[in-house]
Amino acid sequence: MKQKQRDNEGNIARLDDQEFRRLSGPRRAWLEFSRNRFALVGAAFMVFIIFMGLSAPVVTTHDPYEQSLRKRMKPPSAEHWLGTDELGRDFYSRLVYGARISLFVGIVGTAVGVFCGAIVGLISGFFGGRTDTLIMRAIDIMYAFPGIVLAILIVSVLGTSLVNLIIVLAIWAVPTLSRIVRGNVLSLKEQEYVEAARALGAGRARIMFAHLLPNTLAPIIVYATLAVAGSILTTAALGFLGLGVQPPQAEWGNILSNGRQYLRKAPLLMIFPGTLIFLTVMSINLIGDALRDALDPYIQ
Amino acid sequence: MRKYIVKRLLLAIPTIFGAITALWFAMQLAPGDPALMFVPPDFQGEEAEAYLAKINEKYGFNDPLPIQYLRYMRNTLQFDFGASLRTLRPVTDDLARRVPNTVRLGVAASLLSAVLGISIGVLAAIKRGSWVDNMLMVIALVGVSMPNFWFALVLILIFALYIPILPPSGLGGAKHMILPTIVLGYTSAGYLARYVRSSMLEVINNDYVRTARAKGLSERNVMIKHALRNGLLPVVNVLGINMAFILAGSVIVETVFAWPGVGLYLIDGVNGRDFPVIQGAGLLIATSVVLVNLLTDVLLVYVDPRIRFE
Repeated sequence: MKQKQRDNEGNIARLDDQEFRRLSGPRRAWLEFSRNRFALVGAAFMVFIIFMGLSAPVVTTHDPYEQSLRKRMKPPSAEHWLGTDELGRDFYSRLVYGARISLFVGIVGTAVGVFCGAIVGLISGFFGGRTDTLIMRAIDIMYAFPGIVLAILIVSVLGTSLVNLIIVLAIWAVPTLSRIVRGNVLSLKEQEYVEAARALGAGRARIMFAHLLPNTLAPIIVYATLAVAGSILTTAALGFLGLGVQPPQAEWGNILSNGRQYLRKAPLLMIFPGTLIFLTVMSINLIGDALRDALDPYIQ
Repeated sequence: MRKYIVKRLLLAIPTIFGAITALWFAMQLAPGDPALMFVPPDFQGEEAEAYLAKINEKYGFNDPLPIQYLRYMRNTLQFDFGASLRTLRPVTDDLARRVPNTVRLGVAASLLSAVLGISIGVLAAIKRGSWVDNMLMVIALVGVSMPNFWFALVLILIFALYIPILPPSGLGGAKHMILPTIVLGYTSAGYLARYVRSSMLEVINNDYVRTARAKGLSERNVMIKHALRNGLLPVVNVLGINMAFILAGSVIVETVFAWPGVGLYLIDGVNGRDFPVIQGAGLLIATSVVLVNLLTDVLLVYVDPRIRFE
C-alpha cells in the first residue's frame, strides 16, 4: 500500500494492508478518496452549489431580474441577504441563478469535449502511423493557442451564445484529453490482453471500446474533473471580458465584470462572485487531486 | 544531437503554418460575408454599399478562395497583417509598439513564477507529509484555482484604493508593474509548484539518492547536489509551458490593468470585431508559443544528456 500522509486516522487506517488489498478496485479507490478530508470538503461544497443551482427558483428570495431603482447598491440586510446590485436586483438571487449557468456550461462543455477528446486520442493511439501523426500535428496547432486565447479566438468567430460557449469549452478540452488518452493507449495496446483479444478475433472497434477505453477511464475521470474546473474558470473569464454569457442573464463572470465598475462604492459586488468562482474551482480541483491519488494504481 | 534539433525545428514550421491556416479558416467560417465585417456599423444604405464594393476590391474577396489563401499566406509571411479596421493603422506597427510591454510584463512574471514555483515545490517535496508541505500545497492550489481577473481586482482594491500606494492601472514606471506581475506570477506559480514537487518526489525515491544518504552526506548536500539537479531537469520543459500559460494570462491581466500589450490589443480587436487585429495578435501569440516550446526542447537536450534523439 502506498504510504499516505498524516491525515490517515480515518476508518481505513484501521484496516490492515491485507484487508485493504482484498477490496475491489473501485471500492479501494473510494476508500482512498473518502479519507482525503480536503476532497470531502470540496465535494460537500460542490454538492451544496449544485443543489442551490438546481433548486434556484425555490431557494432564491427574489426574482434575479427584478429591478428597483430605489434599492440600488444596498449593503446586505435581512431582506437582501447579499445586498443589491447597481439596478437594485437582489444579489443573492442573481448569484444563485448564476451558479446554474456557470455549472451547466462548464459541465456540459467539458463532457462534450472529454467525449470527443477521448475518441480522438483512442483513434490516434490505436491506429498510429499516419493517422496518429496527422492528429497529433493538429493537436499541436491547437496547443499553439494557449488556454483562454483559443477560447477568445473561437468566440470571436462564432459569436457569444450559450451553445457557442459550450462548443468553445468542448474544443478547449480536446487537446489535453486526447493527448492523455493517446499516451495511455500507446502503452496499453502492447499488453497481452489486447493481443489475446485480437487472437480471439475481436475487431478493431471491439478492442478499442471494450478493452482499451475502460482501461483508460481512470485518467479520463481525473482530467475530466480538472477540466470542469478549467472550464468554469474559462467561462467566467469570457463572461468577465464580455465575450461569454451576455447580461442581463446572470452568470458569475459577467456579474463580476459588472461589479468591477463599482469597485469603490460597492466592492462586495466584485468580491462575492469572485469568491464563489474561486471556491467552486478550488473544490473541483481538490476533488480532482484526490481522485488522482485514489485512482493512482490505474494511471500509467 | 544536431539531427534532433533540426528535426524539432522542422516540426515547428508546419505547426506555425497550421496556425496561420487555422486562423484564416476561422475567418472564413465566421458567419456572414467577411467584407461586411469591415464595414463600420454606422455606415448605412448606399454609403455601406459603396464601402463594401471598395473593400471587396481592396481585399480581393471576389477572388477564388485558394487565391485569397495564398495572398493571405504571402502577406502574413512578410509580417503584413493588414490595417486595423477601426484605426486604419497597420497592425504590424501596432504590434511592434506593444510587444515590448508584453515582453516586459511576461519576463517579470515568469521570473516571479519560476522563483515562487520552484522554491515552493522543492521545499514541499523535502518536507513531504508535514504541515509545511500541506501549507505550501494549499498556497499552490489557491494560485491554481484563483481567477486571475478577480485576484487582480482584489489587489487593486487593497493596494490602489484602500491603501493607495500603487497605481491601479496603466503603463508607467516600475510601480505600475508590481500588481500585474504579482497576479500573473502567482497564478502561474501554482501549476509549476505542483509539478516541481512531484518531479522532486520521484527523484527523492531513487536509489542514488538513498546511496548518497547512506554514504553519510548531510541532508542538505543530498538535496542540493543529487536530488535537485535531476529533479529540476523536467522543469525546464514545464517552464516553456509556463510561458504559454503566462502569455494566455496576460491577455486577461493586461485587460484588467489597462496595460497596453498584445493581450489587450487582442481583446480590443475582438470587442471591435476587428479581424486583422485579431489575426495579427493571435498569430503573434501562437508563433511565440511554438518558438518558446522549441527553445525549451532544444535547451533540454543541452542540460539533460540522457535524452535520446530519436
